[in-house]
This record gives sequence, structure tokens and C-alpha cells, in this order.
Amino acid sequence: MKRVTIDPITRLEGHGKIEIFLTDDGEVDNVYFQVPELRGFEKFCEGRPVEEVPTIVTKICGVCPGCHHMASGKAVDAVFGVEPTATAKKLRELFYMAHFVHSHIAHFYALAAPDFVVGPTANPAERNVLGVIAKVGVEIGTEVLKQRRIAQEIQALLGGHQTHVVMNVPGGVRKGLTEEQRKDIEEKAKGFVEFSKFSMKIFNDVVLANKEYVDIILNGPYALNLHSMGLVDANNKVNFYEGKVRVVDTNGKEHCKYSPNEYRDWVAERVESWSYLKFPYLKQIGWKGFVEGNDSGVYHATPLSRLNVADGMATPVAQQEYERMFETLGGKPVHATLAMHWARLVELIYAAERCLELAQDKEITAPDLRAKVEKIPTEGVGIVEAQRGTLTHHYWTDENGIVTKANIIVGTTNNNAAICMSLKKAAQGLIKKGVEVNEGICNMIEMAFRAYDPCFSCATHRLPGTMPMIVNINDKDGNVMQTVKRD
Amino acid sequence: MTEEKKKIKMAVYWGAACGGCCVSVLDVHESLFTVVEHADLVFWPIALDTKYADVEAMEDKSIDLTLFNGAVRNSENEHMAHVLRKKSKVLVAYGSCAHMGGIPGLANLSSKKEVFRRAYHDSESTVNPDKIEPQTVTEVKEGTLTLPEFYEEVKTLDQVTDVDYYLPGCPPNTARLVEVFLAVVTGAELPPSGSVVGASDKPLCDECKREKSDNKKVKKFYRPWEVQDDYKTCLLEQGIVCMGPATRSGCGARCIEGNGPCRGCYGPTKDVVDPGAKMMSAIATMIDSNDEEEIKKIVESVVDPAGTFYRVSVPGSIIRRKVS
Amino acid sequence: MSYEPKIVGFLCNWCSYTGADLAGTSRMKYPSNIRILRVMCSGRVDPTFVLKAFREGADAVLICGCHPGDCHYHEGNYKCLRRYHVLKKYIEQMGIDPKRLRLEWVSASEGKQFAALVEEYTQQIRELGPCAVKEELDKGEKKKETVDADLAKTA
Ligand code: SF4
Ligand code: SF4
Ligand code: SF4
Ligand code: FES
Repeated sequence: MKRVTIDPITRLEGHGKIEIFLTDDGEVDNVYFQVPELRGFEKFCEGRPVEEVPTIVTKICGVCPGCHHMASGKAVDAVFGVEPTATAKKLRELFYMAHFVHSHIAHFYALAAPDFVVGPTANPAERNVLGVIAKVGVEIGTEVLKQRRIAQEIQALLGGHQTHVVMNVPGGVRKGLTEEQRKDIEEKAKGFVEFSKFSMKIFNDVVLANKEYVDIILNGPYALNLHSMGLVDANNKVNFYEGKVRVVDTNGKEHCKYSPNEYRDWVAERVESWSYLKFPYLKQIGWKGFVEGNDSGVYHATPLSRLNVADGMATPVAQQEYERMFETLGGKPVHATLAMHWARLVELIYAAERCLELAQDKEITAPDLRAKVEKIPTEGVGIVEAQRGTLTHHYWTDENGIVTKANIIVGTTNNNAAICMSLKKAAQGLIKKGVEVNEGICNMIEMAFRAYDPCFSCATHRLPGTMPMIVNINDKDGNVMQTVKRD
Repeated sequence: MTEEKKKIKMAVYWGAACGGCCVSVLDVHESLFTVVEHADLVFWPIALDTKYADVEAMEDKSIDLTLFNGAVRNSENEHMAHVLRKKSKVLVAYGSCAHMGGIPGLANLSSKKEVFRRAYHDSESTVNPDKIEPQTVTEVKEGTLTLPEFYEEVKTLDQVTDVDYYLPGCPPNTARLVEVFLAVVTGAELPPSGSVVGASDKPLCDECKREKSDNKKVKKFYRPWEVQDDYKTCLLEQGIVCMGPATRSGCGARCIEGNGPCRGCYGPTKDVVDPGAKMMSAIATMIDSNDEEEIKKIVESVVDPAGTFYRVSVPGSIIRRKVS
Repeated sequence: MSYEPKIVGFLCNWCSYTGADLAGTSRMKYPSNIRILRVMCSGRVDPTFVLKAFREGADAVLICGCHPGDCHYHEGNYKCLRRYHVLKKYIEQMGIDPKRLRLEWVSASEGKQFAALVEEYTQQIRELGPCAVKEELDKGEKKKETVDADLAKTA
């Protein structure tokens, strides 16, 4: 038996390691995806004044700080039993849509596109965002960076700090918008809508028009038959900021639809000794191991799962694209892992359109930024849909609002088991007897992983660390026979 | 035409980090082209496909500039700190985590055991009847799996290796990074080793646009939800704890621009040894009473001194972790 | 051997230090557990001094200043009093028993009271036992040998 180690896994946010074990025949025996770190946020939020927590938990992840800030802000509102004002809600959602635009652009161009635009087995020195720019042209490259910057400027305007925002206070927000600023954001949001449509066009032209790629997406070793999770509004349309969590099974049938404070009835987490990251599963089904199918408790929470659970998108262009995607891929639910990239672009369009809607809402400049806190603080749950999956924050406090306990289930964590399985499947499909395990093959294994847009700085909120990747090839005695070097 | 400039070799690495520091490097946005013109990025896990083994194989001192962000929480972080020190001419502790321990450093207010207990046993959504905890070595049927060792305490970068410069901030303001970067690539004279770069020696209050008087006196410190901010007067004068007086400027007072109080991510002002000590003095000066009982009451309204005055600097402070 | 606490005393020059001096010159007996550091005024005792004292191995810190109203710099002792309460709250969060920090007013003529105070406080700290700060924090310090050993693994 041989061992393949990919360490670190690159082009994703965090630290990680993949161990592949081969049998004597050179077939894949098993694959382990290990998260090597933990930071312990749940523990050190204890003792902090609860209103400080939204600005502490942003540091779970510098890639999606806004998600933690929002889920946390909502949990804190719940702790104080205060409902934010209408204006505050709109401002928060506007911020959040800009956050989605920013993050989805970054993922598509910097993390996903290198594999498709430059090529999955291309020279690793070129298989990065700079390589993408070299292929699509500096002009487009500049546009990508510009749109990302604009999205970030909107976040900084509303949230104070460009990364680790300070927007939320119990019952509302700290800062409002002037009419002039609103107009400016409206113009920028129009730009987002155009750019998101343009990004979809690149996807159509480069990926969907290439038979080889479509084949990889649909028939490659990348499909996984799992339950899907996502947040939906009252009409079962995709919503990132609020609503209920809906889970559908592998056939698309509703498994549950729960309010934030019911999460513990539906989700549980498992511990394995070989990873610092826990493995959530559907509690009513129970943990049945790393297996696919309707009887398994494993689910995924990704752009694709969100589209799978929803009945549609709440904005027009996104709705069209939603329909086109499911039509092309043969109806709901879709289980092709790489279709996540497509779903992510549908979401990008939705976020851009919703951003524009909110920026055109004249009430967003009203002065009622904060509702007054009147109740004694106790306990609260806040859920949002983060780019990388459903995000749950739950706090308990004493009567002075000092945190006594905190529980957090992070977006990427939801997908921990799914990622392990996805990697195994990809490895089984790609590593065959007599086939040399080269850098290209390792990258194609990593692609299964990158589709989840996993963010391990996020997931490792229990431990601090980095996320690179090694592929070790182990013999049957567990000795490392080969470490795939990437140079 | 000038002769072709020699590019510098640069690396960006993360220890126990949130990724925000790496994002702040990406946030040079369109200036990314300027950066690439002057520097070859030889190692940067968030964006490039270079693996650990490649770095270990590099010549000693072959990297001109390494920005190390993140704290040191486990053996892997420490190992990479040692390796990068060896391979780099200039090693910069980039961001609050590497500089002072950062937000992950708040874990030093608990023990490793307590962190594990919360995460793997007591968490309300965790089901762990067999009391499993992550192990550095696990035997599975296919072979042996290893994990880095989780340390008892979070450390700053300079607690495990020698650091040339500190670039503070959580994350550093990108404009400050670009200034420092340009100074390095143009070969400008660098400040003495051990200096803080990319920040000013003056306190943040100098940079803050809020109206302030010299006579700050309060009878009670308020939690942000207990008072309505008037959006113009200094937060401290309104009784909201703000770390401005004890913090270096350089960030652009960005939290205060968002009407939030400063939490000191740029670190203490020049020559201050302990990051929270100056703030404790500043708070004491503001307490408007000479009566012991009243003083005690006012101090009670400062609800979390360790977690507030040392928000990003517990590991870098004199009493760097809670003792038992 | 029984445990003997180390107490660091910060005494203001004008009242308390003179008081302690008086205790000495009048041959009043008080325990030698206290190491006295003279400061110009209790208001000069920066929180850093106190924290450093604990870090270097003090089991307790005693600050003495002039009685309220008598400070030679007017308000120095009140400033000290306010800092003292903030500090106490902080050290308690860091796992240091707040009883290990104490502030008392001692005038230049109170040699006897000073001796009694040191006697009583020493006894109290003796009962509390040693402060863990130095021992625990010394453990985590970096050592060159461990760095070399770690690097050797990859060579
Ligand atoms: S300093 Fe701040 S932004 Fe940088 S890694 Fe640490 S928490 Fe993230
Ligand atoms: S204390 Fe804070 S709000 Fe006041 S001037 Fe200083 S930085 Fe500004
Ligand atoms: S205002 Fe304070 S906490 Fe905020 S970024 Fe600036 S230095 Fe850091
Ligand atoms: S001079 Fe004695 S306390 Fe100020």
C-alpha cells in the first residue's frame, strides 16, 4: 500500500492535508482529509460582553468576516430580545450582498478559474490568478480587481473597517447612509449586475462550450449523492440573510425546515481523532459513516445545495439562470460537485440584483438605526447563509450580558464529511493501477475540494492555523513511498 | 530606458490566522500589478501552488522579504516560523496575530484543556459519547495519521524566532503595506531592526476626527447599547471605552469611522512595554471620583479589562496567559 | 523548608518610605520578605511596574502612599487608588488572587503601623502560598536548542 500526501492544500483559505492510501494493486484504499488546527473561539468568547462578540468572531475568518458579523449580530439581538429597525435590517442586508459579491468574485476568479481557464493540469506556476489574467487579458483582470474593490468599499462604508467590520450593535447598526451615498451605491450595484452577467458569460464560453470540461463536470469522478441544506425565505426562495433552514434529501424531498433556535433538533456534530475539525450530520438520521445516499446523515451546504433546496431565486436574471442550470443538468437536485461553480455564479447574479434593489429602496436612508434594548439578556441563536454554508452562532449570557457559553457551527464545517468523501471519490476515479500519480492528478483531486470553496480559517475557529496540502503515497506498511512534489 | 530592475523574492505565510492578513495583501487591488512588477511571490498558500517541501528546499536567505501573519498556536506554525526565518533575509511579523498574538491569543485566557473540553465535549451540538479528542498520532487501518501538536498557549512570532520588523494591524491597512513594500524594493534605508513599521508613533486620537476636549472625566462607563452615540463627540468622553489613547495611529481610525470604538489592533504607542497598561492608566485618570467606594463602582462598569484592553495582545503582554 | 513569600513594596518617597525608614531606625522588627522600591509618589506606580513584579516572581505587591489629602503632588495617591482598583480587576482575570495586590496609606510618622502592616500582610501571603506566574510563564519561553532540533527534522 502506498500513501499520497498533499500538503498544504493551496488556493483556499486555511490549512489542510490530504492523505491517500493505496492498496498493493495501486488502487485507492482510503482518503483522509485532515484539518490540522483549531483556535477555540467558543471558549474564549466566554467572559466577553456579548455585544463585543460580533467584532471578535469576524476574526474567525478574514475571508468571510461579514458572515460571522451578521450571524453574531443576529444572535446578539436575540440574546437581548430586540428586533432591529427596518432601516437597520436593510442596511445589514445591503452590506451582506456586497460581501457576497466580493467573495464570489474572489472565489471564481482566484480560486476556481485557474483550473478551468488555465487548465486543470497546467503548469502550477501559471495555474493561479495571474495565469488567469494572462489568459483572459489584463483588461478583464483589472475589471475583476476593480469590482472586488468596489464591493469592498461599500462594505467599508457601511461597516467602518474594510475587513473586520464594526457595523452591528444590539437592535441595529452604528452607521446610516446619506442620500448621496445611496445614489453612489446604486450606480455601483448596477455595475455588479453587469459584471456578474459577464462572469456567467465567461463561464458559458470557457467552460460550458468546452465539451471536455462539461464532461468532467457531469461524468467526472466528482458527483456525490448527499442531502442538501440552505436558507430559504417564506416563498422558499434562496435567501442569504434570513429565513428558515431547509434540508432536502438526495431525491429533492424536504427532510426538514427549521427556525434558527431549533438547529439542535436537526444537526449534530461528531469528533474524529485524526482531525481538529468536527463532522456535522443530520441528527434525525444519525451518523452512518462516510457514506452517500438517503440513509446517510451526511449533507452538504454549498451554493449548489442552496439552489437544490430552494424553489427558485427572488430576482429575475438569477431566476432565469437558475432555470437554465437545472434544465441543462437534468433537473433538481444536482449532485455534480463541480456544478457548485455554476451555482455560485447564479448566486453572484442574485446578490448583485438584490444589492441593486436595496440601494434603490429610498427608505434605506431613514434615520432609525437602532431599536432600544429593554429586556434582560439571556440566550440567542443567529443564522445566516455564509458563502461556504449555513452559519449558526448561539450564545448564552448572564443577566449582565456577559457570555457564559457559545456554540458555533461554521459554514465550511458543515461540509467536512462531504469534502472527505468527495476527495475519496475523485482519487478513486483518477488514481489507477499503472497510472503515475503526478502533480496534475493531485490537482484534479484538489479540484474536488476547491469546489466547496472551503475556508479553513473559518472551520478551524476551534484551532488556529494554515491550510496547505501534501500528497503522500504510502505502502501497505504505512511507509511513505512517494511525496508528490509540486515544482 | 532603464535597465531591467532586479525583482525581489517575497513570501507570505500564515500561522494561526484568519486569512484577513492575506486578504489585506490581495487588497492592493489594481496595484497588484505594481507589486508583481517588483516582486516574485515565491510562496503564498492562499493564492499560489507552492508546497511546504518546496520552501524547505530553498537556499538559506534566498527570500528577500517574508510577511508572516498569524500567531503560533501549534507545532506546524512554529516549524514554519523557523523554516521561514532561515530562508528569509527580512522577516516581518505582519498583523496583530504575529505581532502580539491577536484575537486567537484570547485563548490564553483559558487552558488548552478548557478549549478542548468546550469544542469536543461540552458543545451543545456535539455528540461524543466515546470522549474522542484529536490526537497528534492516530492509527487507522490503512496506516498512521498525524496532526500538529496543539500548544498549551498561543505565542507571538517573536516568542519563537527572531523578527526584523513589526507591521501592526488586524489586518494592517493596505496603504501602509504598500508604503513599506515600496521602501523595501526601492532600497530605501530601513529603520533599525526590531522597529514597528507602517504605523505612526502618535496615538490614534490624533488621527481620529471626533471632537474631543482635554478634560475627560466620567462617572460611569457605558456598554455601547446603554447609550445613544451622538456621532460626533469622542467615544471615551461619552463613557464608551475606546482604546484610542493607548493605540498607535496608522489605520485611519477606521473603526471609529464606523462609529465603533477602537480595540487597539495597532498595538501600544511607542516605548510602551505592556499593551494594556497604558489603557489602564488612561481609564484610571478618567474616573471622576476620589471616593474609594464610588471608584469601585465605576471600575465595576469596566466589565472586561483583560478582554478589552488586551483584545489582541494577551500573548504579547507581561502576564501573557491566565495562570492556574 | 517552609515557603517564604517575596513581597515587592512600592513606597512613596515623602510619606511611606520615610515611615518605613523610621521603622528601621527605631529597630522595630518586621519580616524581611518585603523588597522595598522607592518611588517619588504612589501616583508614579505604573501598572507595568506591578505586572513586572509579578512576572519576575513576586508573590505579592504592596503599594504605600501618603494619606488622602497629604500627597505632595496633590492628587497622586488618588490616581494610584483608581489604578489600583482597575489593576485588581485585571489581575483577577489573569488568575492572580487580587489579595496579592494591596494599597495602604502610611505617613512619615507611622513606622510602627508600617511594621505591623508588613507583618500582617506577609502572614496573609504565606497562607495564600506561592504565586504561580513566574513558574508557569517561564515554562513557555523559547530555547535555541529546540529551534535547532525542529529545523534538523527537515534538513
Ligand atoms: S491580524 Fe487580524 S486580520 Fe491578520 S490574521 Fe490575525 S485576526 Fe486575521
Ligand atoms: S478615545 Fe477614541 S473616539 Fe476618543 S478621540 Fe481617541 S480614538 Fe477618537
Ligand atoms: S480603530 Fe483601533 S481597532 Fe480599529 S483598526 Fe484602528 S487601531 Fe485597530
Ligand atoms: S507623594 Fe506620597 S502618594 Fe503622592
